Amino acid sequence: MVSRRIIPCLDVRDGRVVKGVQFQGLRDAGDPVELAAAYAAQGADEIVVLDVSANLEGRAARVETVSAIRRELAIPLTVGGGVRTIEDAAVLLEAGADKVSTNTAAVRRPELVSELARRFGRQCTVIAVDAVRVGQSWEVVIASGSTRTGIDALDWCAAVADAGAGELLVTSFDRDGTRSGYDTELLAAIRSRVNIPLIASGGAAGSAHMVAALDAGADAVLAASIFHDGETTVATLKQELARVGVEVRP
Amino acid sequence: MEVTIIQTGTANLASVAVAFERLGAQVTMTRDPAGVRDAKRLVLPGVGTFEAGMDRLKGDDLVEVLAERVDADRPTLGICLGLQLLGVASDESPGVDGLRLITARVQPLDDSAPVPQMGWNKVSANGGRIEDGWAYFANSYAFTTVPPAWTPAMAMHGARSFVAAVERGSLLACQFHPELSGAWGAALLSRWLEGASW
Repeated sequence: MVSRRIIPCLDVRDGRVVKGVQFQGLRDAGDPVELAAAYAAQGADEIVVLDVSANLEGRAARVETVSAIRRELAIPLTVGGGVRTIEDAAVLLEAGADKVSTNTAAVRRPELVSELARRFGRQCTVIAVDAVRVGQSWEVVIASGSTRTGIDALDWCAAVADAGAGELLVTSFDRDGTRSGYDTELLAAIRSRVNIPLIASGGAAGSAHMVAALDAGADAVLAASIFHDGETTVATLKQELARVGVEVRP
Repeated sequence: MEVTIIQTGTANLASVAVAFERLGAQVTMTRDPAGVRDAKRLVLPGVGTFEAGMDRLKGDDLVEVLAERVDADRPTLGICLGLQLLGVASDESPGVDGLRLITARVQPLDDSAPVPQMGWNKVSANGGRIEDGWAYFANSYAFTTVPPAWTPAMAMHGARSFVAAVERGSLLACQFHPELSGAWGAALLSRWLEGASW
């Protein structure tokens, strides 16, 4: 069986790693190549790079960032942010991404999911879903959380899995950057609907939150600020997970 | 050391290329039959469906030269779909012939665990270049057995074991991605590089 994965996430803007709370108030968190290499050395199972550049110049820089990270990295690299077309994905894959993640563009044009899966394979097609809790359910939000869609997050996850998504990266918008723990109810609800790998994102402060997310049905846990701020390391978290019986790659 | 990678069109070749470059190899890409036939060391990568992979090999006239290479035991490395294409057929694309070099059919992974299998799995070696260790996989299909002429390394998904890699002479074919499998994968690529050339 595959081990549970710990995935550091780099939000990159204009070639620098940034981090905010609920996608706002971005502050500088370092050089993406240096951070990716450091996390890989700590035992990261994979690296996710999400481009959050505000303009086209920033978007152009990301290809350079991806290939620079690729040269350093002997583990999988997922890249997302502003992927609207097959061509956008092809450029990132050529630069060295192993998987491409799409979010807003897939909501606006759902055929994109099956187009990506047909062209590059399911294993390449990651769909990122940002969800906000509304009463007893969750709603998909897009454009960095600024736009509500009225789409039920569970229905959306099931639809993209059917359309060919190979993996879901689910971020709880309510928990993002708050360090109050992953939304385990959301994760459990999605797991009961889909059988593709599920990455939990948003709210991690430490290994206890990660164990809760994995118990709820996530296959992998993603975190950003706890690594960027040097509060903990991937190696420390893996030791803590192993101690409570979670299988991780040593 | 020279390594030639078949340009498969759908595959992400950057990861494979830089993995060999980190080991000091000179990497070239080709889709030309003579280039494939004469390569000192050849890599057959591949992502996407079995049918798309075979269509591409047929369209580029590479089916014969690949069979010739493997029969002649010239150093060849298959990665992911590049392993599966060596088989007779795949449940992923019924009715499509593979390269038929390994008498086995590619089957779906056990779906009692999430599919695609996406992540690091424990590989149990049976000798050859492969050592026990953790490898990165991204696949929905795999061989479950191979004929005795081939040395398989195995792994588990759900309740069933599957073929993680096969070896015979100078041919190494991995269901996992050695280029994404950290130091363990780099060491395996290095052993394959330093093995027989012709």
